[in-house]
Amino acid sequence: MAALLSVENLVVSYSENDNRHRVVHDVSFTVEPGEVVALVGESGSGKTTTAQAVIGLLAENGRIEQGAIRLNGEEISRWSGKRLDTIRGRQISLIPQDPTSSLNPVKTIGAQVGEILRIHGERDSKAVDARVIELLARVGLSDPELRARQYPHELSGGMKQRVLIAIAIALKPQLIIADEPTSALDVTVQRRILDLIDDLRRESGTAVLLVTHDLGVAADRADRIVVLQHGRIQETGDARSLLGAPQSEYARQLLADAPSLSKAGFRAARPQAGNDNAIVVEGLVQDFSIEGRSSFRAVDGVSFSVRRGTTHALVGESGSGKTTTVRDVVGLGRPTAGRVEIGGTDIATLKGDDLRQLRRRIQLVYQNPFSSLDPRQTVFGIVEEPLLNYTRLPAFERAAKVLGLLGRVGLPESLHRRRPRALSGGQRQRVAIARALVLDPEVLVLDEAVSALDVTVQAQILKLLDELQRELGLTYLFVSHDLAVVRQISDTVSVLQNGRQVESGTVEQVFAHPQSAYTRELIDAIPGQRSHAVA
Amino acid sequence: MSSISSTDILAEKPVAAFAAAGPLLARLRRLQPGLVLSWVIVAIVVLWAVAPQLFSTYNPVQGVPTEKLQAPSLLHLLGTDALGRDLFARIVHGAVHSLTGAFVAVTVGLIVGTSLGLVAASVGGIVEDAIMRLIDVLLSIPGLLLMLSIIILLGFGTVNAAIAVGITSIAAFARLSRSEVVRVRRSDYVEAAFGSGGTFLAVLWRHVLPNSLTSVLAFAALQFGSAILQISTLGFLGYGAPPPTPEWGLLIAEGRNYISTAWWLTTAPGIVVVITVLAANRISRSLGKVR
Repeated sequence: MAALLSVENLVVSYSENDNRHRVVHDVSFTVEPGEVVALVGESGSGKTTTAQAVIGLLAENGRIEQGAIRLNGEEISRWSGKRLDTIRGRQISLIPQDPTSSLNPVKTIGAQVGEILRIHGERDSKAVDARVIELLARVGLSDPELRARQYPHELSGGMKQRVLIAIAIALKPQLIIADEPTSALDVTVQRRILDLIDDLRRESGTAVLLVTHDLGVAADRADRIVVLQHGRIQETGDARSLLGAPQSEYARQLLADAPSLSKAGFRAARPQAGNDNAIVVEGLVQDFSIEGRSSFRAVDGVSFSVRRGTTHALVGESGSGKTTTVRDVVGLGRPTAGRVEIGGTDIATLKGDDLRQLRRRIQLVYQNPFSSLDPRQTVFGIVEEPLLNYTRLPAFERAAKVLGLLGRVGLPESLHRRRPRALSGGQRQRVAIARALVLDPEVLVLDEAVSALDVTVQAQILKLLDELQRELGLTYLFVSHDLAVVRQISDTVSVLQNGRQVESGTVEQVFAHPQSAYTRELIDAIPGQRSHAVA
Repeated sequence: MSSISSTDILAEKPVAAFAAAGPLLARLRRLQPGLVLSWVIVAIVVLWAVAPQLFSTYNPVQGVPTEKLQAPSLLHLLGTDALGRDLFARIVHGAVHSLTGAFVAVTVGLIVGTSLGLVAASVGGIVEDAIMRLIDVLLSIPGLLLMLSIIILLGFGTVNAAIAVGITSIAAFARLSRSEVVRVRRSDYVEAAFGSGGTFLAVLWRHVLPNSLTSVLAFAALQFGSAILQISTLGFLGYGAPPPTPEWGLLIAEGRNYISTAWWLTTAPGIVVVITVLAANRISRSLGKVR
């Protein structure tokens, strides 16, 4: 019996301005019935393109140049879209990446799940409705009758992903392609969704082609792993042996960079730059008034203090109040109650120019390096701007300072005149860090500053931050949803849930002896732990 | 006829541009022909305004009575009017009135409207409410009625007509620029600029304005076309330049009396207005796409 799916010497190219460039080179792999194969690689590695080619959903300028894609021995790579429609959904189905944008906002959930049944020939509307309810129940949605009548905006991200899974399994396909199915979700939700996919696979023997950038997820869930880089296969193998003893240079690097898989323990304690606290937050409360309704309390009684020269992490899922807390700390928000002190100054008392002067001492690095840099400024201009705002340095001194810092964060001279658009995500985040550091601040607040980056780039940025902290005696307030990263770089940690602080302490304490059930759940949800248990 | 004479010029222009450009050849080739044509049309109209004597040697104001109401011929490309004036010469010399009118109109709308939108969006609160409700009032008055009232207040004439047209476009400019500024102001990089110590005005000037102007400029190009149309409308109604000024709208109005015997008197200036407006629209669309 042949493999369920076999991809042979696949070459895919995209055309751009009349020239074609290849993004997938000579990729071959197979998926056996009931097996989970993970395609792992960083962004630009061609993993999504490969998955799209399999289901015939390449972007308009994409083309399969060579190679074969066989489903049950039948070559499908040259099929027309119409002919592919007969197998899409029925034999191969797709779980898309972003659940928030993958559902039609003006149709009910029930109508959208029912659509796939109707497309594939079900005419009896009673039967469709019954099957929809059954499917919604199957993917673990509470109260499926109600969900079927609701619209996408009434559901959370995890619930929407469950709906998409319901659509994908509706016709019991032999192969499900899951393109980063959980990247947009919180860790605990991620774990539940992956468990669900696992259960469904076990029950109906569906094979899964799992596309992911997270080696931890692949380690937990896949039978076999295909590692891609620059559109080429670096290594293929049985999950356990690949992770245990990676053969290729790149796989080794990925393994070393993945925070969830790294064997490194907690970091050594920082030498404290002083005995005082750089940040003190006491009883912070932040309300937001919603028009026509009572106010909403985003942060409720958060307190922590950070010693100078150390890193404090704020951990929690989306909606836990991390970002709101941070905005109050840097003075962009006004707390409803409580006290925020930066280096001994209570920022609630500051106004106008005093507040502006305070900002010299505390700088924020944003989550998304694609939106936090002005698209019209050059790299040099971006880093120079804070100096123009605060100092009257002569031009050559200013330039020397900017160039020195750009060199320090590892940006080569050739990039200084470029605009953000021409930089990669990691390079942009380096620019953002340089901008934050150019004023020699005491405190750097990093709001999910590495979450949008590939693991390898993430590891580089974390290393850079570590070096900078040691050299300059900086204090970091590090916001993250990723406990694996927090474990690596922080000294102390606060765990937030729904605006309340559920736990606080040193990283060792919190990770080794979590006091609250929520913290324990968060720690258990870090992917990559199953392989640890094996190893 | 107009189409013949202009296609002759059109056929030459791009060829000359290709030859002169050399290394730019590849870039030009990627341009859409419609867009190139639009730029050429606008360039010709601007040339008409700058140096009308290059295109026609006839006097646009002084007619030759013996040659009145002649049909288009080689001697008079677009024929002559009731006073024996060459129509082509009058259209060429009229370009300067229509273009300056449109230019003044767009400038008034752009500067006043964009400033109002910028102030409203960046100050916010009661100032924003006051400005935007005022804009709503402006929008609620029919455009033509508003223009006519303003002209009656200011007095007749090309510039006053242009100012009237400009004032009616203030509302649209203000709304567009406000929505752009609101979008840009919410972005992380503006907050980051405040975070790195920028004062209100510095951030406004360095980040908000440059990033919100693209679509405002595209709209200005679009408005340029409709301003020509509106100024012609006012000219046609007799609220613009007084005769014998060869303003395009006035040409159409004057030709109306002879529509059964001398069709060219209304058709030719009408076509010129339509082509110019279409060209401006096409260019505006390409500007809007740049970002």
